[in-house]
Amino acid sequence: MNNDKDKLIIPPGDSDPRREWRLDDKTLTNAELPEEERDWFCDARPQPARKAPAAIERFFNWARANSLWILAFGTGCGAIELRPLVTSRYDISRFGMQMRPTPRQASVFLIGGYVSLKTLKRIVRSYEQMQGPKFVVAVCSCAINGGMYWDSYNTIKRIDQYIPVDVYVTGCMPRPEAVLEGFDKLRKLIKAGKAEGQNLYAEKFDWYKANQKRLIKDWNMPDYNW
Amino acid sequence: MILQELPFKLLWAFISLGVVTVWGLTLTGIVMKIFARVQGRLGPPVWQPFIDIIKNNAKRTAISHGIMFYLGPVFRIAGGIGTYMFIPVLFGSLYFSNFSMSGDLLLVMYFIFFGQLGMALGAGEGGHPYSSIAVARGLAQMTAFEVPFALSVISLAIQYHALNITDIVAAQQGGFLNWTLFTNPLAVIAAMIAMLGMNMYNPFSLVIAPQEIPIGPPTEYQASFLGMLATNRGIFNGAKLVLFMNLYFGGATNLVEMIVKTFAIYMFSVFVGAAYPRFKAEDSIRFFLRYPTLIGILAVLVWTF
Repeated sequence: MNNDKDKLIIPPGDSDPRREWRLDDKTLTNAELPEEERDWFCDARPQPARKAPAAIERFFNWARANSLWILAFGTGCGAIELRPLVTSRYDISRFGMQMRPTPRQASVFLIGGYVSLKTLKRIVRSYEQMQGPKFVVAVCSCAINGGMYWDSYNTIKRIDQYIPVDVYVTGCMPRPEAVLEGFDKLRKLIKAGKAEGQNLYAEKFDWYKANQKRLIKDWNMPDYNW
Repeated sequence: MILQELPFKLLWAFISLGVVTVWGLTLTGIVMKIFARVQGRLGPPVWQPFIDIIKNNAKRTAISHGIMFYLGPVFRIAGGIGTYMFIPVLFGSLYFSNFSMSGDLLLVMYFIFFGQLGMALGAGEGGHPYSSIAVARGLAQMTAFEVPFALSVISLAIQYHALNITDIVAAQQGGFLNWTLFTNPLAVIAAMIAMLGMNMYNPFSLVIAPQEIPIGPPTEYQASFLGMLATNRGIFNGAKLVLFMNLYFGGATNLVEMIVKTFAIYMFSVFVGAAYPRFKAEDSIRFFLRYPTLIGILAVLVWTF
């Protein structure tokens, strides 16, 4: 009935006194890692990226919108509706989109369904490993408000409290047409320069990190997965 | 005299490099379209590879795993440009002959594999297990298809008494019956099968192997590293096709002829790729070391005796 973890979420802007992962404005402590492993990882904090001059940025945004490489994270049942997207019936390659199995090369993170606590850790890891500008599309009701798992002790309700989401596609499960519509919306946002999730994540890094660390108890990774 | 010509030659070499890059990338786009049509899809626009390169270079962040990781794509593109720079593109042209010289065929054969070795080191430093698997497969397959290709080139060297690509093209002039395709068909068959391996479409796609070891060696490469690798793909494809056109299909005397011939040569790999499933690593290597190698040996023997 009562979903206690949601009450713990700090609203954006509030300062959290327990920022033990933050050494200063540019450095992270990686405090949860064993002493000998800390050297293996980068300790830099993500910084908001500078944009190119307006005309060039518009051109870049056009290229980004027409070459969306998708990292599909089939967390739940919604993933079954993503397969038809690459088949001849829906064919996302018409819009220059393709599935990319590695987060390093992808620009769109597609979350296909409910997110359990265990999955959230992998989502954070994969999202941080993507190179910016990066966009997130959350598919299914479960990723928006918990859906049928609203009361679950093990499923998070709002994915955008842990990583910034650009487009939500509602439905249980949404048809491939709806997902395509979501991509269309994302392309419009990118072209308008409004899909700046990467910078939002860097600016509100403390807030996102606090929310993530509140839920993920076995945090055995660096504070930011470069 | 040579020094005075150098700026002129350099300028035209870079112009021809631009031409082959655009043509190579357009070919990639056409191939994506063809594969899509074979699968009953509409497919991306033909200019999609260009958009992808712009997007990859427009990324705001990039991660490097070390010096060799950084140098991998540099070696790769150096291999691509190096290969291309020593191949005469148009026979008898003052402008598109690049830096062709005596013995350039050996240099080109070396350059074809130089980039892949550099890439193997770079991908290894990326640390991703799929990269290492793909590098192992790639180098094994490369060694295997090198055998029929080298035999075919040796056969050509015996046939034409030349290791200079311009000389080999010159010997094929005067009607299509003078092409190596008709004068030395065994060498052409061996080399064309080796080309299937070089272009890495099915059935020899085990290096990149989508759905199996996703992406292959460049798994960890992103942003402008990936943009560089994609640009090299255009240059390298173009260079290989021009080399095959010169060695086996009579070369070209103008750009239109070059474009038509390279397109036709490339379509051989593409049609085979669209029709066949993928080999396993051991099958692929055995395949190359069996019939293509035998055909290559025959081609050498025929011209020796």
